[in-house]
Amino acid sequence: MTDALVISGLDCFYGEVQVLYGLDLVLNKGEVLCLFGRNGAGKTTTLKAIMGLVPANGGSIRLAGRELTGLPAHEVPKAGVAYVPQGRRLFAEMTVAENIEIGLMARGKGKATRENVLDLFPLLRQRLRQRSGTLSGGEQQMLAMARALCLEPQVLLLDEPTEGLMPSMIAKIRETVSKLRELGVSTILVEQRVDAVLSVADRVSFIENGRNRETVDVDALRADPSAVRRYVGVG
Amino acid sequence: MHFGPHLLLATLEGLVTSAVLALTALGLSLVFGVMRVVNVAHGEFFMLGAVLAWAITSAIGGHPALGFLAALVIAPLIVGAVAVVAERLVLRRLNYNPEATIVATIGMLYIIQQLALTFYGPEARPVEPPFSYRILLPWFGYSGYKLSIIAASAVLLIATWLVLTRTKIGLIMRATQYDSETAQAFGISVGRVYGGVFALGAMLAAIAAVLIVPISQAHYLMGQDPLLLSFIVVIIGGLGSLRGTVVAAVLIGLSDGIISMFFSPTLAKIIATLLVAMVLVFRPQGLFGTASR
Repeated sequence: MTDALVISGLDCFYGEVQVLYGLDLVLNKGEVLCLFGRNGAGKTTTLKAIMGLVPANGGSIRLAGRELTGLPAHEVPKAGVAYVPQGRRLFAEMTVAENIEIGLMARGKGKATRENVLDLFPLLRQRLRQRSGTLSGGEQQMLAMARALCLEPQVLLLDEPTEGLMPSMIAKIRETVSKLRELGVSTILVEQRVDAVLSVADRVSFIENGRNRETVDVDALRADPSAVRRYVGVG
Repeated sequence: MHFGPHLLLATLEGLVTSAVLALTALGLSLVFGVMRVVNVAHGEFFMLGAVLAWAITSAIGGHPALGFLAALVIAPLIVGAVAVVAERLVLRRLNYNPEATIVATIGMLYIIQQLALTFYGPEARPVEPPFSYRILLPWFGYSGYKLSIIAASAVLLIATWLVLTRTKIGLIMRATQYDSETAQAFGISVGRVYGGVFALGAMLAAIAAVLIVPISQAHYLMGQDPLLLSFIVVIIGGLGSLRGTVVAAVLIGLSDGIISMFFSPTLAKIIATLLVAMVLVFRPQGLFGTASR
């Protein structure tokens, strides 16, 4: 398996406070890698650092061999990384169609991509003229994912996509993540729910105090869930 | 003159004020809406537009329309370029910090004002209108040029609205306005958008100044009133709201025109100030603004 994204020795700060301490992470091509850990462990910061939204003070982030650190934040999506932030962060005053258009513009994608994405989320077709802020939580999450997939990314970063959703929507999100894996998209998933992790992830990295403590295959984790107890205190 | 014609005259004067005010305030509102920067130097971009209009029309000579048209194109471009330089050299270095940029734009205000005083002088100088056609109504004659200011402003406001709502540039500006971090995650260069919006805001003020200077005069202190009135308009209309800006500008312009003519200009200012106070108390986000995120 080849590497889609390799993070080595990543240091990040919020002002004076160090959040990531030499974090190492490898995302293989076509896999779903889950970042698991307590609140404040550095999972979201890792995703933001990949996107260039939090500057890397040390270390490297390489996308298929290309160095991303030092790139302006707006160049990272053009390189092929898409981001679905925690809380969706839709442009709430814009329509569904306009949110999708923003996604398409990022890498100059057109109508064909738009249709493919809407095929993944057919419900959005009926909502194209609706203001995205008026969608239900599940629909908003679908739109957030659709907007990101309009980039046709090699790497997709999902930050707690199932947060606050009802079970049917969670199932739909998991199904979409699995479908994307089949399409060859490599995904980093930040997730707090153990069941969600076990059902979609290929490997799990346990993040604690800004470091990747351990990365295990999900099958090994099913057989021995002690790591979950060790790093998160549940399971 | 009877009451009816008198009211019509006051309304027309008010609409001219509204037209210029709407353009000026829209610039201020766009800059705050997208960049979250309160540009205290906005009035100086207005003044710079007027002073440049005088300089350009004086340099070109010939038929007044020729110089005026040149001023209408060149003055906003120069003011836009000054704004881009100011944005790069000052605001970007301050990382668009809301408090720091207020102090910085106060500094810019004095720098631009004093440069105008140094190179242009303290005199108020007239600019000839491009045409002097008068429309003869049954009760009085009215300046065709003043009506053309209203028409030009309406065209520019509609054009701005179309750009914001129907084009990719507008989509990018709105995305940056709503959530600049997420906009970056979708390939939008926020720095470039900020530079463009700051220039656009300054250019709108400059266009307003070029339009008004033939019925006013260019003077190095003329930026103060438009700045104050623009703040009144954007507070009432809602910062960042185009619709609110236009409605508030018409409201303030008309009340200024009508109340000034029938009662006194001071009463018009008192009413505008009271309106601002009421909006701040009962609807701080403005009539058409959305509550802060």
